[in-house]
Amino acid sequence: MVLITRKIEFSASHLYHNPNFSAEENRRVFGKCNNPHGHGHNYTLEVTVAGEPDPVTGMVLDLKELKEILEREVMQRMDHRHLNYEVPELAGQIPTCENIAQVLWRLLDPKITRGRLHHVRLYESPDLFADCYRNGAAAAGKL
Amino acid sequence: MSSALKVELGRRYRFSASHRLHTAHLSKEENNRVFGKCSNPYGHGHNYVLEVSLSGDVDPATGMIANLADLDAFVTDHVLEDFDHKSLNEDIPAFRDCVPTTENVCIEIFRRLKSFPKARLERIRVAETGKNSFEYAGDNPEGNRP
Repeated sequence: MVLITRKIEFSASHLYHNPNFSAEENRRVFGKCNNPHGHGHNYTLEVTVAGEPDPVTGMVLDLKELKEILEREVMQRMDHRHLNYEVPELAGQIPTCENIAQVLWRLLDPKITRGRLHHVRLYESPDLFADCYRNGAAAAGKL
Repeated sequence: MSSALKVELGRRYRFSASHRLHTAHLSKEENNRVFGKCSNPYGHGHNYVLEVSLSGDVDPATGMIANLADLDAFVTDHVLEDFDHKSLNEDIPAFRDCVPTTENVCIEIFRRLKSFPKARLERIRVAETGKNSFEYAGDNPEGNRP
């Protein structure tokens, strides 16, 4: 089993606000992320696919194919967008790193048909990130 | 949160500290042989990077595994206040009789963070320099990255 990782960067704005919370509660829970006009980040996404290299091409999957999937599914959907208002998959959710990473996993998993999606890591900044794994992957050892 | 996915939150912190790798259980020559220049009696320092990984349910009301303000306060109180700009050998009781290698620093920091009440501590990673990093997941068999 070989793991192959591709990294992309996108820039987007967001804000944290729960309409079921009072204004004070929103400020207390979300701090400055609750600024009503939003703010933005340069996100870095690392996508790891697991598989056996094809004996003829030596590839788990063609990186060009992965690049196109990421362009279509991630860049066109999220780059230079407002995550609260312009990404339907995040509608009704707080666009935290944890939630965005799960949305990205669910978008990418069915599209990766050569090899298997193994790990998604989304950085909101160099010091904050979320990881998604298939549940049970850890229990299954090194896969 | 879908049970098909395991989600973790990762957060990085920085601290700068000095240490000396030396043990009273070895002779001077043996210390020099085993630890090399890290055994210099006056010690030396590093800019450490601590990476903390937590797992748990993502709260639908907040979108969070844990509120970063709670995590930052806990790590500051339990680790950074004691470790930053300190001598690990002199200022941290755990290293009075235990060599402050980054392996042992990992074990000590994991012990201090394990009781974080808002989420499960999966693992920590400590980078001593840009070239060396160490991970520890306690006795959690799932804590090591798959």
